[in-house]
Amino acid sequence: MAATTGTSGLLHRRPALRAGLLLAPPMLWLGVAYLGALAALFVTAFWAQNSFTGDVERTWTLANFHDLVTIGVYRTIALRTLAIALLVTVVDAVIAFPVALYMAKVASPRVQRLLVVAVLMPLWASYLVKAYAWRGMLGTGGLVSDLLKPFGLDTPGYGLTALIVTLAYLWLPYMVLPIYAGLERLPGSLLEASADLGARNGTTLRRIVLPTVFPAFVAGSIFTFSLTMGDYIAVRIVGGPNQMLGNVVYDNVGAANNLPFAAAVATVPVVVMLVYLAAVRRTGALESL
Amino acid sequence: MKKTTVTIAASLALAFGAAACGTSSGGDGGSGSTGAGTFTAPKVPMKKSLGPMEGQVNILAWPGYAEDGSNDKTVDWVTPFEKKTGCQASVKYFGTSDEALNLMKTGEYDVVSASGDASLRLIASGDAAPVNTSLLKSYPDIQPFLKNRAWNSVKGQMYGIPQGWGANLLMWRADKVNPAPTGWDAVFDKSSPYAGRITAYDSPIYIADAALYLMHTQPKLGIKNPYALDQKQLDAAVNLLKQQRPMISEYWSDYLKEQQAFTSGDTVLGTTWQFIANLAEADKVPVKTIFPDDGSTGWSDTWMVSSKSKHSNCAYAWMDYIAGPSANAQSAEYFGEAPANAKACALTSDKSFCDTYHAADAKYADKIWYWTTPIKQCIDGRTDATCTDYGQWTQAWTEIKG
Repeated sequence: MAATTGTSGLLHRRPALRAGLLLAPPMLWLGVAYLGALAALFVTAFWAQNSFTGDVERTWTLANFHDLVTIGVYRTIALRTLAIALLVTVVDAVIAFPVALYMAKVASPRVQRLLVVAVLMPLWASYLVKAYAWRGMLGTGGLVSDLLKPFGLDTPGYGLTALIVTLAYLWLPYMVLPIYAGLERLPGSLLEASADLGARNGTTLRRIVLPTVFPAFVAGSIFTFSLTMGDYIAVRIVGGPNQMLGNVVYDNVGAANNLPFAAAVATVPVVVMLVYLAAVRRTGALESL
Repeated sequence: MKKTTVTIAASLALAFGAAACGTSSGGDGGSGSTGAGTFTAPKVPMKKSLGPMEGQVNILAWPGYAEDGSNDKTVDWVTPFEKKTGCQASVKYFGTSDEALNLMKTGEYDVVSASGDASLRLIASGDAAPVNTSLLKSYPDIQPFLKNRAWNSVKGQMYGIPQGWGANLLMWRADKVNPAPTGWDAVFDKSSPYAGRITAYDSPIYIADAALYLMHTQPKLGIKNPYALDQKQLDAAVNLLKQQRPMISEYWSDYLKEQQAFTSGDTVLGTTWQFIANLAEADKVPVKTIFPDDGSTGWSDTWMVSSKSKHSNCAYAWMDYIAGPSANAQSAEYFGEAPANAKACALTSDKSFCDTYHAADAKYADKIWYWTTPIKQCIDGRTDATCTDYGQWTQAWTEIKG
């Protein structure tokens, strides 16, 4: 065989160079564009703003974090955002589990495929279209109020309830799919063995199914939780006068032009997510994903 | 695993270093709020003469100021401008003055229709250039009481050409609100039967609406100008707005959102612009508006040119055109405000339009509290007090919304 020459030869002889070239672009992307942006955000949080002209003043100050911690309203908003994220996650988990269980263990392969398509379908439509659809449905004289009328109830109107319903709807596929995948991997023989040993359905569910798919729940919750933590659009459409952390960031960037303070606020969801991921890691759920 | 951590740490350190290069150390932050009373505008060169058209102009405008027929086929004064000058106009609408300010800072826009709560800030930050009014043929026709005012000029130098002025109105659904409201107490009344269906404008400048209401209902506070509030007066206004907060169904800054909320009936009462009322009426929504007796906040808008404009000839052409009799009449009538150009009154489709809007009535114009940027120096003339600035208002607004 002729000696390999030129670039291809060089690459062939030096596997380290080959791997380096192959990995450099994605690593640059991760390191510079992604982590670099996060770092720049963090640095900006220590700058100040001229409150009259709105120009950023590049002087070191802790004032933004001081405001964030000492002014009560930001604590309220942070806690509200956290509570909404938790509620959305719980609602999604409760709805997604039976759906995923039916898809993975009960439905015929044909129905199974149809259901996967049905779960994925809403992802093809734009976020805004879905949020505005809920605005229409939850409004006065909308579909929700028509459906609830026979029970003597009315639409909750725009507010936190409407917001949780809308967000739970928007992020549901991100919860269904991981749980479905987790249940698919659960061998049917385990369930049969459990039944053979005399366990009732409830016991099997509690002691076999739920512990095995717990990592899948965690995976889904990372999506629903983090997506809700960062949301600021749905709350403007169906959330009434309420604010979430994302709105404070948006208002400080878009309205007040106070980038440093916006950056300081934006570190809150980052910190919350890091704490959440650390907690998840301790449960060991990440390893068995 | 360890290796990854090191890589991440290294790239973080790199990025930190890069970002930190832009930071000057020392000094205290956030103290430089220069007041209009004291500030000298930064030196920005003024245009000396007009040159050839650049073929393009980027316009930043309040909704309704630059209609090109896309909202309503019969409402179009941008296309004739394009045909006349060869300047392709790209129009971007904004919802609040803060948004306009922020967008102007990008340097992407050539002209902006700035209200009084944005204009001075644009001048102070050097984003707006002084305007050579001798290059504008329409300028001599502008109502004299709009020229060289505190919100559009600095030391006798105009920074733009006036577009028009008007008041924020009280709007309600005639079929849902009975009896018809007569004043702003309708939106501030604690025991309002319309609690949960009231709307308010989503901007810190709305604090002035509360201050104006307090000016009449609580004279003891001594508010003389809703844009000159000391800490005690601001606290009172903030308390009033916090009390209003549970009755609010939604705050609006997007005019389409308010229009839709009034159409569906989710909102039945609240502050508005004539423009939105017109849109709602065009959709056969039974809304009514009034200018309350106690007066109201309002705007006086000025077309300003960006100091970073790459199409300044087209920008001047636009300013000259939009403040000219015909386009000024059309835009002012469509938006529902008094036109700035005195000759525009003869060209409105409704001949009594200018009378309805008191366009030539300088005394009436003085009854409106025009949006002005609140600054530390009290603009009501008090020298023994320190007023709250816009930064504090912004902070207060976040707290009000909660």
